[in-house]
Amino acid sequence: MIVTLIDYGAGNVTSVERALRRLGAEVCPTNRPEEIAKATSLVLPGVGHCAALLTSLDAHGLRRPLLDAFARGVPFLGICLGLQALFQSSEEAPELPGLGYFQGRVSLLAQTVKLPHMGWNQIRAVGSSHLLGGISPDAYFYFAHSYAAPASGAETAAVCAHGRDFAAVLENGRVFGVQFHPEKSGSSGAKLLENFLRLAA
Amino acid sequence: MSLARRILPCLDTDGARAVKGVHFEGLRDAGDPVELAARYNCEGADELVVLDIAAARDNRPTFLETIRRVAEQLSIPLTAGGGIRSLDDARAVVRAGADKITVNTAAVARPELICELSREFGAQAVVLAIDAKHEHNSWKVRVRGGRTATTWNALDWARRGVESGAGEILLTSVDRDGTQSGFDLLLTAAISRAVSVPVIASGGAKAPQHFLEVFTYGAADAALAASIFHDQVQSIRALKSFLQSHGVAVRLPC
Repeated sequence: MIVTLIDYGAGNVTSVERALRRLGAEVCPTNRPEEIAKATSLVLPGVGHCAALLTSLDAHGLRRPLLDAFARGVPFLGICLGLQALFQSSEEAPELPGLGYFQGRVSLLAQTVKLPHMGWNQIRAVGSSHLLGGISPDAYFYFAHSYAAPASGAETAAVCAHGRDFAAVLENGRVFGVQFHPEKSGSSGAKLLENFLRLAA
Repeated sequence: MSLARRILPCLDTDGARAVKGVHFEGLRDAGDPVELAARYNCEGADELVVLDIAAARDNRPTFLETIRRVAEQLSIPLTAGGGIRSLDDARAVVRAGADKITVNTAAVARPELICELSREFGAQAVVLAIDAKHEHNSWKVRVRGGRTATTWNALDWARRGVESGAGEILLTSVDRDGTQSGFDLLLTAAISRAVSVPVIASGGAKAPQHFLEVFTYGAADAALAASIFHDQVQSIRALKSFLQSHGVAVRLPC
């Protein structure tokens, strides 16, 4: 299958691409709206500052084709900032609107703990999850972020805690988001990506 | 459910080969970095750090090729550093496959480098490496691989680095490095309490007990070692089992 990987210049595009190829997917990195308009599955990786991602989506005219793809039911996986971009706004870049696919605002984790939330943490499934199928409930995933999405939404499939609870996995129809980096999360991360590829096939 | 303490094997390289030495001196060959990376990835390393300790300008393409080949082996994060003096140097290393970059001497020479890197890659990708040596009841920053003394106080520099946008501190005790006599717990605890970001302790590790101490008394978030993992004096798997049995949250490899 062909995965359209949205390449807006983030540092981790290559590692996401490599992880998907290892699982047998054909990966097509692009920042062109017409490629997104005809994509059959989409991955939006992200690392760094939220403003850089949102600005780049607008600079390349990708906002509309992405929202159209969600409406068409094209399977989508947002990673880290790619998850955060799905919300209405983020405290990290309050002046820029998010994609607004999910209600709510991304906010800074509690300052009573060390930030960034950096390293391997466990997550707790909330209800059933397609992405987490076959993965041990004790599995660790690699996180590297200071801002996070609210855990309270109906789309939350798993939560993690660092200072406070936040959404670690989101699922709504064929739109998925993970706050951690599956491409850096060893065999558990590979299994999650494999699940996404299967759901998207 | 809690954030695991991390074990980070480090590969010091001369660009192409892994090397090792005591007190940053007397280097000898320690193997192929690509083979070592693949082994650590399987054994349960939480991240891998690859440093170009020669950091010679003409050797740069070789180091970038090493990063590329190492990154291909990994399904864990990769930190690379040594000789990063500019935004362009950092871009080349990130493009080669590093998730994080470490800066040391160049950041002391020009602290704005930290802000520039943080703006471009995000704080989570910027690791400020500090080599500290105990002198006159305080810890002083050393540069150029620990060889050159400065008058800078390590605690002040750590705080300033974090304010400038560093997302992590890689703290090496010059006094302990290569001695295998244990981490400098006082230094690690002092820096860890002084900053709001995670601290990676380095220098002096040998026994599992050393790691237990640095995660408890040293308040370290991660611990780094090189030769004990290269030489298989200590397996990462056995080390993590030991830590878990003593109540430290670690990610056990499956």
